Amino acid sequence: MQADPTHPGGGTSDTPGHAASIHNIGYRSYEGARLGRGYARRSLFAQSLRGGYGLGRSARSKVTPMLLFGIMCVPALVVVAVAIATGVDELPVDYRAYASFLAPVIGLYLAAMAPQSVSRDLRFRTVPLYFSRPIERVDYVLAKYAAMAAALFVFTAVPLLVLYAGALLGELDFAEQTRDLALGLVSVAVLSLVYAGIGLVVAALTPRRGFGVAAIIAVLTIPYFAVTTVQFIASESGGDGTAAVGWLGLASPGTLMSGFQAKFLGAPSDFPGRVVPSDAAGLCYLLLVLALVAGSYAVLMARYRKAGL
Amino acid sequence: MYDPTVARLTYRALLGRRRAALLAVLPALLLLIATVVRVMDLADQDVAVNLLSGFALATMVPLIGVIAGTGAIGPEIDDGSIVYLLSKPVKRPTIIVTKLVVAVAVTMAFSALPVLLAGFILVGGDQQIAVAFALAALFASLAYSALFLLLGTVTRHAVVFGLVYALLWETLIGSLMPGARTLSVQQWGLAVADEVVASGVRLDADVSLGPAAVLIAVVTVAGTWYAGQRLKVLTLAGEE
Repeated sequence: MQADPTHPGGGTSDTPGHAASIHNIGYRSYEGARLGRGYARRSLFAQSLRGGYGLGRSARSKVTPMLLFGIMCVPALVVVAVAIATGVDELPVDYRAYASFLAPVIGLYLAAMAPQSVSRDLRFRTVPLYFSRPIERVDYVLAKYAAMAAALFVFTAVPLLVLYAGALLGELDFAEQTRDLALGLVSVAVLSLVYAGIGLVVAALTPRRGFGVAAIIAVLTIPYFAVTTVQFIASESGGDGTAAVGWLGLASPGTLMSGFQAKFLGAPSDFPGRVVPSDAAGLCYLLLVLALVAGSYAVLMARYRKAGL
Repeated sequence: MYDPTVARLTYRALLGRRRAALLAVLPALLLLIATVVRVMDLADQDVAVNLLSGFALATMVPLIGVIAGTGAIGPEIDDGSIVYLLSKPVKRPTIIVTKLVVAVAVTMAFSALPVLLAGFILVGGDQQIAVAFALAALFASLAYSALFLLLGTVTRHAVVFGLVYALLWETLIGSLMPGARTLSVQQWGLAVADEVVASGVRLDADVSLGPAAVLIAVVTVAGTWYAGQRLKVLTLAGEE
């Protein structure tokens, strides 16, 4: 038996048997470009953002986000159509009030998509596969957070653009509409950041199927209804109660956003009695918004320290 | 039509672990608000009606109905462990009826009782507000449980659809299209409360008692029957 050059050590008479030979079966080393950490991060962001609308996933996964997106845009189209047909000189819906008007739809979208984005990775234990790529924990968390916030921003900003386009077609005042649109976009951007943080934190902490959805809805709606009811009672009682309405708004995500935009972005107040938070309360609104964004990031980082490997 | 073993398993699934905590949060919040309002001496009829219809009947009862109704059967179908139940010599409609009884009992315990308590804390026996809303919650729990149990057998996304119904249909669409309110469990419950409450209080239910009672009965019976049918032809699929 001849020694095979591709089987070093194999086939020679001094080895006890063929079982011990090491075969060179022709694996090649990779010599192309290594795209690195930034590329992996961007890919994860793009893939998560597309996943937020079911793109690149099965047709069944597209139904929920696209349906909700449709529901989100229909009122804007109706408002625009009515405004143009009747020739009013002002849109019946304020840009900044639109998101709070459709808050249940936004809540459902977040509840459907945030678990989709992070819970499945945790449930199927595929998170370690991400970290076998050249990304760090911070890349994963930032990419997922940015993707969720971007998906929510698209979800809430497109109807505003529809309203804006309609307003311009209806030849409403250009400068005023543009200013209101800009403020409206700022308000939905803040909303997207806050809601994406809340949604992802809850979803990452409850990876069980169905549980995350219910938990997100619960976190968004229960405090909201509780706070609005108590605000109503407080404003009915008058006196100190009216001042308390502004402070009470801090206690739920929905009223936090309402109070924030009423105070800083000149939106019409949703609160009972059209109360606008006082300056001190307004400062707390700002701080709480910042704390929620930073806090969600910190909780997510802590969550993936454990789930990392 | 009632199997104690299935009932015991369902109770354990519904009240075990974190689910019971989730179920208890809402009633606790309601009682807390009611107590604070009472202590601050703000409680009167309007406040009581507002709190009990706006928070309790509109938010708490449907959410507890979703959790208990879908939770009674959804997770079992989801993780496939229902096959162990289905392979036992128990009729499938019996399984559904048993699970419905458990879901209704849990929903009633976590919604009607706290509503009654909150009502008494707020206004005592005044105008029978507490009793009226407790009865409304009782009947609404029945319809919600049957409806969401059915959803649990129809789709794997029962929680999402249940919440869509509870939040979108009953609040958003109901406020835009008055006609939609006729087909809302919340309004049927309100109709019951409207009948019981003394004449001094106006609740503005969109449905009168007769149609409301018929609709509650139809939803409960038809929902339970169809859920039994669905369970008969259930096929198990892997997770997407």
